Amino acid sequence: MIGIIDYGMGNLFSVSKALERLDVPYVLTSDPEQLAQCEGLILPGVGAFPDAMKSLAETGMKDFVLSKAAEGMPLLGICLGMQLLFDESDEGGMTEGLGLLPGSVVRFKGIDSEGNRFKVPHMGWNHLDPQQPSSPLLQNVEDGYVYFVHSYYVQAKQREDIIASAQYETEVPAVVGRANVFGAQFHPEKSGDTGMTILRNFCELVSKGGVEL
Amino acid sequence: MLTKRIIPCLDVKDGRVVKGIQFVQIRDAGDPVELATVYDKQGADELVFLDISASHEGRKTMIEVVREVAGTLAIPFTVGGGIGSLEDMRAILRAGADKVSLNSAAVRNPELITEGSDFFGAQCIVVAIDARFDDSIGSWRVYTHGGRNATEWEVRDWAKHVVERGAGEILLTSMDQDGEKTGFDLDLLKAVQQVVDVPVIASGGAGNAQHFVDVFKEADADAALAASIFHYKETSVQSVKGELKENGVHVR
Repeated sequence: MIGIIDYGMGNLFSVSKALERLDVPYVLTSDPEQLAQCEGLILPGVGAFPDAMKSLAETGMKDFVLSKAAEGMPLLGICLGMQLLFDESDEGGMTEGLGLLPGSVVRFKGIDSEGNRFKVPHMGWNHLDPQQPSSPLLQNVEDGYVYFVHSYYVQAKQREDIIASAQYETEVPAVVGRANVFGAQFHPEKSGDTGMTILRNFCELVSKGGVEL
Repeated sequence: MLTKRIIPCLDVKDGRVVKGIQFVQIRDAGDPVELATVYDKQGADELVFLDISASHEGRKTMIEVVREVAGTLAIPFTVGGGIGSLEDMRAILRAGADKVSLNSAAVRNPELITEGSDFFGAQCIVVAIDARFDDSIGSWRVYTHGGRNATEWEVRDWAKHVVERGAGEILLTSMDQDGEKTGFDLDLLKAVQQVVDVPVIASGGAGNAQHFVDVFKEADADAALAASIFHYKETSVQSVKGELKENGVHVR
């Protein structure tokens, strides 16, 4: 059973429908008791980083997620949910994140090193470049494109936390992970077959009892 | 590098796709979900559903369509047509749409763009702009209500304004080219591209695959939308993408 964390942010419907298409049982709730019964957690999220951290704190989900992640329960953050896994974000002033992965979240500059403007948000289908093809999340992922919509991106402190990336003027971490904590910057539930494969891989990892810590 | 997006547009009235759709043998040519699935299989990068229901009942039915599409497809989609309030946006986004498109209501009440953007994020607020060249101002004028009402806005001024207000994307339709099938309005697109830094979707005038090549290579549009040439099977998303690849345009 996968628990989708409902903390008042984001499009929970598309993630839950994607799990239905994969035939994976899930609960969508803000109730820690129900979520504690699950073998894996998904932290979705669309919206602003400070609002999301505030909601996580107010709903008690912040402490819950931190304790479950520490126990080794597999966790997948999607889009803003991935950014929340890191130390901090400069969205709307510096805001502290969950700190499960080292690094910070910054806004795309919108101007490249040669002074040319580029568009923000990074919106659309971009190529997924595997950095760690052996990661359980990338199994059976052939050459593929995934759908991004975001104005902020992660600067990971540890190179080895980047499982796959995409190029958008700079290297954008697209799939990140360390031990049982994973994140996808793009929307796997909106990324066709490639996205669904990555989502399925996470669910399989959960059903196999997670990763050895 | 981002790929250029191809976006088929479906007109929906009272929960059914209208404007004849003539491709492939499917069970029911009016069913939005079945048609959306066909486009998904052809490689569409995104879909737009334009709700042209005039009644409250029709709008309620649209929510059901959105829910069903979101439950079936793993590609993003936008819903537009008659969205006039934060409440309308919320209902559509909650049902599973990825973006809402505002048109007449944005001109009537530009604050709606700001409110939607602040509340749901700029990434899900598309502003649709219908523009027609107007000799009296030597530029393109913005129209509303399906092109019936002229506004005071010049297209570049309006485009800049909607972005300042928080629009995350612009869907730019050339009324001069719409339905002509002689190609997108490259001058209009270039003019707007110069003044905004959000993605611009080109719309109006697609008649063949070469027109898509032109709009991406010459006007550097981020995406291109078409309805009838896909519906009437004059070409397919697949063959447009094949042509684009041959011409060095990066597509999925």
